[in-house]
Amino acid sequence: MTGTAVIEIEKLHKWFGDFHVLKDINLTVREGERIVVVGPSGSGKSTLIRCINRLEAHDQGRIVVDGIELSDDLKRIDEVRREVGMVFQQFNLFPHMTVLENCTLAPIWVRNMPEHEAEALAMSFLERVRIPEQAAKYPGQLSGGQQQRVAIARALCMNPKIMLFDEPTSALDPEMIKEVLDVMVDLADGGMTMICVTHEMGFARRVADRVIFMDEGEIIEMKEPEAFFENPENERTKAFLSQIIGD
Amino acid sequence: MSETFVRSESSPSLPPPVRRRGILRWVQDNLFSSWLNSLLTIAAVYLLVLAVPPLLDWALFDAVFDGTSGAACSGAGKGACWAFVEAKFNQFIYGRYPDAEQWRVNLAVLLGALGLVALLTPNKLPKGWVLVYVFLLFPIFAFVLLYGGSVGLSVVETSSWGGLMVTLVVAVTGIGASLPLGVLLALGRASRMPVVRTLSILFIELWRSVPLITVLFMASVMLPLFLPEGMSFDKLLRALIGVALFSSAYMAEVVRGGLAAIPAGQYEAARALGLTYWQSMGQIILPQALRAVIPGVVNNFIGLFKDTTLVLIIGLFDLLGIVQANYTDPTWASPQTAVTGYVFAAFMFWVFCFGMSRYSVYMERRLETDRNK
Repeated sequence: MTGTAVIEIEKLHKWFGDFHVLKDINLTVREGERIVVVGPSGSGKSTLIRCINRLEAHDQGRIVVDGIELSDDLKRIDEVRREVGMVFQQFNLFPHMTVLENCTLAPIWVRNMPEHEAEALAMSFLERVRIPEQAAKYPGQLSGGQQQRVAIARALCMNPKIMLFDEPTSALDPEMIKEVLDVMVDLADGGMTMICVTHEMGFARRVADRVIFMDEGEIIEMKEPEAFFENPENERTKAFLSQIIGD
Repeated sequence: MSETFVRSESSPSLPPPVRRRGILRWVQDNLFSSWLNSLLTIAAVYLLVLAVPPLLDWALFDAVFDGTSGAACSGAGKGACWAFVEAKFNQFIYGRYPDAEQWRVNLAVLLGALGLVALLTPNKLPKGWVLVYVFLLFPIFAFVLLYGGSVGLSVVETSSWGGLMVTLVVAVTGIGASLPLGVLLALGRASRMPVVRTLSILFIELWRSVPLITVLFMASVMLPLFLPEGMSFDKLLRALIGVALFSSAYMAEVVRGGLAAIPAGQYEAARALGLTYWQSMGQIILPQALRAVIPGVVNNFIGLFKDTTLVLIIGLFDLLGIVQANYTDPTWASPQTAVTGYVFAAFMFWVFCFGMSRYSVYMERRLETDRNK
């Protein structure tokens, strides 16, 4: 895959107090690449992607997103966040606003878009995630799958270059996982640069350009999905896969 | 015998059974549902029978409605001296504000009421303009109207203000200032910048550890000592500043509770979208946090409203103060004058405080049913 590098992570370390949560992470993500990160809980995969949009601050090393190096400079952090969309495990929709208002808030306030233009934009994305009829409802009135799709639409309304997904289907009832994964596959097929932390191996096989296995803060193995699932080399990868896929 | 089952046709949805209704049923369910409840009901009825007739006698049947002096209210078997209240009513409301200028007070109250209605009821008015009116324009209008000195209005010194008017001025200023200031202090206390956080904590803890009466006393007596010769601060203004700062410290802690109740994910989602700190606070966090602490906030408002009576300590005559000043009037001396005056003052306070309380309930109900968390 050739293309400009949109995310460069070099020698990244992070500690939570004395706990070394990310150890020497090195990763380059190119435009249009789809990366899936898997691993046991506590492996640091969520922390890693949260470092990419500075929801967590790294302690050592460099992260460069879309040409901007992440540091304590608040202005530059806001610039990065405009180009990086994030979808959370707990949806984090704003409960006091309608679905439409959730989606138009950022374009209006951050990109200074006029209201009618933002609404048209939001409706187009709500159609893309297949729930335009819910626009006037409040998040509390929607099912989990619908809420997560609204969250995806909300992130897309900012026209980000990169989308980060932090276990987007882990809080969903099984019958709703498919509708969200379908939207994500659709997005991936459209050429969006994505980093997705997930346990959904079917999704990884279908969509990923690379699968990364993390454990105890390190990248253990990184391969194309075919090679990753058919031929894992590291012992820990094998152990993890046998638990997840269960044979 | 096997335990298998396969449904062949769906059951229809039926309406629920109708319960027998009626007053007797309600009485039976609520007042006499158990032996303990029945005993309590009987005890309560007995207490009501003991208390209500004498109260009614005093307030209505034996009360004196007409009269021009205390003599009319003296004598055995006389109840409330409403004639006294009627005679002094103007003073109770306006203090010593000149009669000819009282329309200014009425106009100020009307403008204030309009602002409140615009702010507090669901409507289509642009929120930004309503806030500008309530927090910026109205205070200016009110000051110009009440004090005068410009636009062709004569000056009415604050020493002439009194009664319910003073109570409302102090309470509205205190309430209006304490909420925005309290929010800023709460945000300051939660800030990651050490200077801001320390200053906020110091401010809050200082004002919370001193009684309001001391604050008023210090503002009134000690402030002039620190000011240069000849420069003096209007007494009412001193009270307003003291009350505003005092109540904002209490409000800060209530708001802080609300902020703590908002899940971290809300803030993260807002920031991840690229919203700045103030945009996240104003659009996402504060609307939710303030909704969550309406009971605490209104509680503070009600307490503040009643605390305004303490301005008597610095020689300002609020509603209670002016009632007290008047029942020493020799023309109206009678055994019932003082009591009637106090009951009247209590009733006025009750009207405002209960009104605020009911409004709070209305707001909570409206927000809960409109939005599902």
